[in-house]
Amino acid sequence: MTISIDPQKDNNESLQPNGWLRYLSFSLDHKVIGIQYMVCGFLFYLIGGTLASAIRIELASPMSDFLPRDVYNQFLTLHGTIMIFLWIVPVVNGAFGNYLIPFYVGARDMAFPRLNAVAFWLIPPSGLMLITSYFVEGAAQSGWTAYPPLSITTPQSGQIIWIISVLLLGGSSIFGGINFIATIIKLRRPGLKLMQLPMYCWAMLGTSLLVVLSTPVLAGTLILLSFDIVAHTGFFNPVLGGNVVVYQHLFWFYSHPAVYIMVLPAFGLVSEILPVHSRKPLFGYTTMVYSIMGIVVLGLVVWAHHMFTSGTPPWMRLFFTIATSFIAVPTGIKFFNWVATLWGGKISINSAMLFSCGFIINFVFGGITGVALAQVPFDIHVHDTYFVVAHFHYIVYGGTVFIIFSSIYHWFPKVTGKMLGEKLGIIHFAITFIGFNLCFAPQHWLGLNGMPRRVAEYDPQFEFVNQISSIGALLMAISTLPFLVNIFLSFRNGKDSGNNPWNALTPEWLTTSPPPVENWEGDAPLVEEPYGYGYSFSEKNKKI
Amino acid sequence: MTTLDSSKEIQKNTSEVNEKHEDFRMFGLVTFLIADGMTFAGFFAAYLTYKAVNPLPEGAIYELELPIPTLNTILLLVSSATFHKAGKALLKDKNSDSQKWLILTALLGIVFLICQLFEYFHLPFGLTDNLFASTFYALTGFHGLHVTLGTLMILIISWQTRLNTGRITSKNMFPLEAVELYWHFVDGIWVILFIILYLL
Amino acid sequence: MLNKNIYLILIISCVFGISFWIGFNVNLLPAEASINAPIYDELFKILFIIGLIIFIGMTIAVIYSLFKFKRRKDEIGDGIALEGNLSLEIIWTLIPSIIVLIIGIYSYNIYDRMGGMKELNHSHEMMSSNTEKIWAGISQSSNNDIANNNLSVEVSAMQFAFLFNYPKGEFISGELHVPVNNKVSMRMESKDVIHAFWVPEFRIKQDIIPGQPTILNFTPTKVGKYPIICAELCGPYHGGMRASIIVEEESDYKDWFNKNKKTEVNL
Repeated sequence: MTISIDPQKDNNESLQPNGWLRYLSFSLDHKVIGIQYMVCGFLFYLIGGTLASAIRIELASPMSDFLPRDVYNQFLTLHGTIMIFLWIVPVVNGAFGNYLIPFYVGARDMAFPRLNAVAFWLIPPSGLMLITSYFVEGAAQSGWTAYPPLSITTPQSGQIIWIISVLLLGGSSIFGGINFIATIIKLRRPGLKLMQLPMYCWAMLGTSLLVVLSTPVLAGTLILLSFDIVAHTGFFNPVLGGNVVVYQHLFWFYSHPAVYIMVLPAFGLVSEILPVHSRKPLFGYTTMVYSIMGIVVLGLVVWAHHMFTSGTPPWMRLFFTIATSFIAVPTGIKFFNWVATLWGGKISINSAMLFSCGFIINFVFGGITGVALAQVPFDIHVHDTYFVVAHFHYIVYGGTVFIIFSSIYHWFPKVTGKMLGEKLGIIHFAITFIGFNLCFAPQHWLGLNGMPRRVAEYDPQFEFVNQISSIGALLMAISTLPFLVNIFLSFRNGKDSGNNPWNALTPEWLTTSPPPVENWEGDAPLVEEPYGYGYSFSEKNKKI
Repeated sequence: MTTLDSSKEIQKNTSEVNEKHEDFRMFGLVTFLIADGMTFAGFFAAYLTYKAVNPLPEGAIYELELPIPTLNTILLLVSSATFHKAGKALLKDKNSDSQKWLILTALLGIVFLICQLFEYFHLPFGLTDNLFASTFYALTGFHGLHVTLGTLMILIISWQTRLNTGRITSKNMFPLEAVELYWHFVDGIWVILFIILYLL
Repeated sequence: MLNKNIYLILIISCVFGISFWIGFNVNLLPAEASINAPIYDELFKILFIIGLIIFIGMTIAVIYSLFKFKRRKDEIGDGIALEGNLSLEIIWTLIPSIIVLIIGIYSYNIYDRMGGMKELNHSHEMMSSNTEKIWAGISQSSNNDIANNNLSVEVSAMQFAFLFNYPKGEFISGELHVPVNNKVSMRMESKDVIHAFWVPEFRIKQDIIPGQPTILNFTPTKVGKYPIICAELCGPYHGGMRASIIVEEESDYKDWFNKNKKTEVNL
């Protein structure tokens, strides 16, 4: 068992700070960068969550009474942008990807550590810039989609700052994607075959392909949009002969794959968590891999289903309906496989497992409304309503954010060597699950019955249902408290976890917890069966 | 993270890209160029859609003449060849030859940029005149930015190639190869751009 | 073994039964007030039932396995080493594919019945000059119908109001009055940013994109007052951008029309 990458002595290493400070430094260690992504993302999550609470407070009454109208629009724009570009994308890709992928491929670091650090350090300044734009001259207020001509005619400084920060975040995302692709394909330890990789590697490979192929298109689009704002060109300005729908096509060419960029890594993470806690091999490894790749390919050709009411020609509507519906097939396969993974296992019911099961239930619901939304005639009625808001949050909150929490419970012992408290964890899960469903399930009804999205005032007949939704949002806000308390307490005096508290077989657990900087004391182990639970040789693997 | 800190503090680190793995720097570059190509693809798609859907308003001027861009196409194609020569020369340890070829490539790039600017100043339309004018300037401008960056990089590596003992030698070809690939990519984009903007 | 199968069949039929019962008895939609609405509700019902079957089935499967396969205290060891089952995986690839395909074809059929697949003639005599390009929303009627249509309205959307121009009466109204059971053809134009014309009770929505005059046809079937809602974020007062559509009997509509009609026409 030898590895090709000889750990090279780096004299610069002594210049890097130790202790707390290295989490604020330009560290090249993939584990440090992973934690930087996580903590930074979580801080932005708290900000985005505060904005969401303000939105829900405003919507508790049918009148526009809590926030000034333009501030309300700024809040919903910031909420969307922060949650997508500064919380979910950096955390499911950057945080877990950086921490886990080198372990999974048997490497000591990512392929391009410097690029990796650059990719992370683009995030805090652009995030801060986005937020300070609110205090300086008023933030962007045309929604996270920034549809022209509204984005051209609203106050310009906020919109320009929004564009610059999204461009930087997109750049960060592309650098990360390049790094992941190179690491997974080129940096695997000798002897490790692609089809032996843990599922999260496949998910990240698919995600990174989407990032590399679609994010640049968004960058180009936003550059054109900024020309429209600053130089008064007419790309998307109908007054000057431009075409608004072209913006929507280009924007959704990125932003639909962006949903898969947010969700595929979560699919990968849950595929790691379920086998460990149910002590069973991942069901249908090969079909899982193919379905990820299927989602990647289909994900690139479905964007116009966001534009069914924008005057697209009938043949286009038909094509995008069918293509979108077919995404349900690979996604469905994954869900059936996960349930089959649970089936017949020896399931430990703990916080990680509960959040993962919550994810399955929420996501199935979001997926079903997604297939419905893909049908043109159905979409025409509910497009741009609270039905879409509910569907989207079922996917990204009920799906991805649940998995982020699940993964934190699962990998906290890896990172710190301490267990997270189970009692608080289960309380956290219960409040989150109830709060989430209370908040978003009623919104489906609101959308069907005539409440459009992004409104500060609405028909008084919807007041009661909106108040239920706001109570759910309040619960979701409260649910963060047990989580934070849990992290704090476990950090201070949590139970010692040992190296491998879950007896897991994936490579990251086959070293000390927390891992040494070079990841393994000696050579990286060759894990040919990352999900080999229930076999006799699993005992052998554990000892390595 | 006290536990983490007390864990072994490290002399070993693989953070420096190992010389053995030169290939993945190239791999990373190719991935990056694919991403960059997608930006252009977005612009091209926008332009072609405008062409198909948005008619040129009456009285708007959008006419392009072929001589300068044709000359530019030839310039870039020749510069690709001279760059290739530079690589060949370096492989045979002829550093000064290599440097000469590189400088020639950079000169061709500069002439290209001058021609481009000349064309800009003599066009009958400005940036904001109409949709097609804007798209034209955005596309050629974005490409020109790539050429400018490429030219600067060529000048830098030509300086680094001058000596057998310098940074770039036949043993460390990567910087030259990377810039070469980038330059070919920029050429390729120009050919597509030329076909779409000028010939279609 | 037999017992197990019976339980399974029982559970599955329960899931189907509950889903169908909910699908037919729970109404999540507002009133049906146009020709489109019943067609839409038919699709909704089908999707709702299929969705419920899958959702309830999956939820039961997850919760059941959590209870059934829970690790007992002091139990050690792993679950069964089951890595996959090809025939099972083929089944759950094929069945969803077939369901999705059927839904797709069915929704195409629905869309066609709503009139969505008809291309509107670009050089529309009544509505536009020959050079102008018209984008079509849902159109329930062929071009001939529109030509001798009873009612055509020009809608202009702006921040933050809808205005309805009745060309035959040469007047502009803030409310849309239409006679019941009568085809209405609207030519919609936006003055500034993107708006959307949405009447939930009619199940129609169409973005009004500046620079793209759009035609939207509908036929109201029920007398009443319904909201017209702007569904595309259009600025600070987006939430307040609403109007009403008043569907009334032919005679009431005529009265209203004559009252508003410009008198100069008769001079």
